[in-house]
Amino acid sequence: MRIGVLALQGAFREHLETLDAIGVEGARVREPADLEGASGLILPGGESTTMRQLIDRWGLHEPIVRLAESGAPILGTCAGMIVLAREIAGDERPILPLLDVAVARNAFGRQLESFEVELAVPVLGDRPVHAVFIRAPVVERIGPGVDVLARLDDGRIVAVRERNIIATSFHPELAGEARFHRLLATMASEFDDPGEGSGRRPHPTRRARAR
Amino acid sequence: MTVETSTWATKKGLAQMLKGGVIMDVVTPEQAKIAEDAGAVAVMALERVPADIRMAGGVARMSDPEMIVGIMDAVTIPVMAKARIGHFVEAQVLEALGVDYIDESEVLTPADEANHIDKHAFKVPFVCGCRNLGEALRRINEGAAMMRTKGEAGTGNIVEAVRQLRDVLAEIRRLEGMREDELFVAAKELQAPYEVVRDVAANGKLPVVNFVAGGISTPSDAALVMQLGAEGVFVGSGIFKSEDPARMANAIVQATTFFDDPRKIAEVSKGLGAPMRGIALEEIPEQERLAVRGW
Repeated sequence: MRIGVLALQGAFREHLETLDAIGVEGARVREPADLEGASGLILPGGESTTMRQLIDRWGLHEPIVRLAESGAPILGTCAGMIVLAREIAGDERPILPLLDVAVARNAFGRQLESFEVELAVPVLGDRPVHAVFIRAPVVERIGPGVDVLARLDDGRIVAVRERNIIATSFHPELAGEARFHRLLATMASEFDDPGEGSGRRPHPTRRARAR
Repeated sequence: MTVETSTWATKKGLAQMLKGGVIMDVVTPEQAKIAEDAGAVAVMALERVPADIRMAGGVARMSDPEMIVGIMDAVTIPVMAKARIGHFVEAQVLEALGVDYIDESEVLTPADEANHIDKHAFKVPFVCGCRNLGEALRRINEGAAMMRTKGEAGTGNIVEAVRQLRDVLAEIRRLEGMREDELFVAAKELQAPYEVVRDVAANGKLPVVNFVAGGISTPSDAALVMQLGAEGVFVGSGIFKSEDPARMANAIVQATTFFDDPRKIAEVSKGLGAPMRGIALEEIPEQERLAVRGW
């Protein structure tokens, strides 16, 4: 099993190191050919306007959408959440509209408002996530198929999941937090081997594998 | 929930998000928009690009706050601004404006001949220039959350940037090969605190992100320093002093991402028009060099 990490710009090395720390093979993805054989994909933090530019220029749009539609799990952190969102406040068009949410960029303000907090993320267990928010986005609207994974005390949504797509406003990769990556790896191994032969039901997100 | 703002992780973390990207000097909101559309990860708001500062002579100071705020309003990417070396009040003013990063910069005329700004005292993060590892570690000890080699700003000449980056990285490799008991002397020679020296020796890299600045004016220049080990680039005069700034900006962005892919660098370098003219280093008298500012 190999998880791709979009490596156009931003903190992709931190994600590759986190994958390495849990014994999962990671691979840099900069062009469509790099996605072949990937069982999942991580969209890292960075600048979403720069990523849009590079995704368009090098033809990554279609192959990533195909990978997601085939059921492979995708994790977007911070800018990665903006890249995945169906609606971006103030932008006419989304980047890779794979997640039925509306997000606002820099929702907490400028860099001076960047912060760290211990955040409850119930699906990951009782121990809170040490969440680092850097000029972070928030989710302002969720579609009917979207689960909220975490909220701040004031109710703002900062982590979501829709089927095989997970997105966080914060950076687990900056705080040595590997549980999102473990979850992604578990989903990716189910995508690779949904267990049809052993009498189990196929995984609900299973579809024909992307080429 | 205890919310902690402006922590070391968030200061250093913003620089981590800029990695693999291009930070561009801009002097108007219109230029900032061009830079953002071309794929810049951040812009440096200033009144004049270094090539013009060099030509104008006189004292170069922090830019007009109105102009900085105009640029902050024009783009969603982070906005940086420059304060003079040691001028902590200019830094206080920039923090009050809410800029995302302050560059304590040798491109402006230094305000203090001995002391740099105590950057730990600020909530806003700082990037500082360096020519060698000792300078970098002194700045980090003062609280810089991001480094850049200085190059020689406003020249369009990459030679200083290459020399300084090679120096910093060679010094790091030298530390990596040392015995624990040799690091004390290394710290003395580098004129840097032992704790920071030991950290660099153990990890084989600076504790903060390291970009290259000063002299990048083509896509190949950007790819050259990336291949040498830079984590991203600042481009000052190289964009808006070129014939077609929007195309040059975009080509440098592409080359920074695909720095190790010569075919792609070739592709993006086609038909860009003339880069900035540039100055040979020998033409610049010693006292007019900017890189020697800072201590």
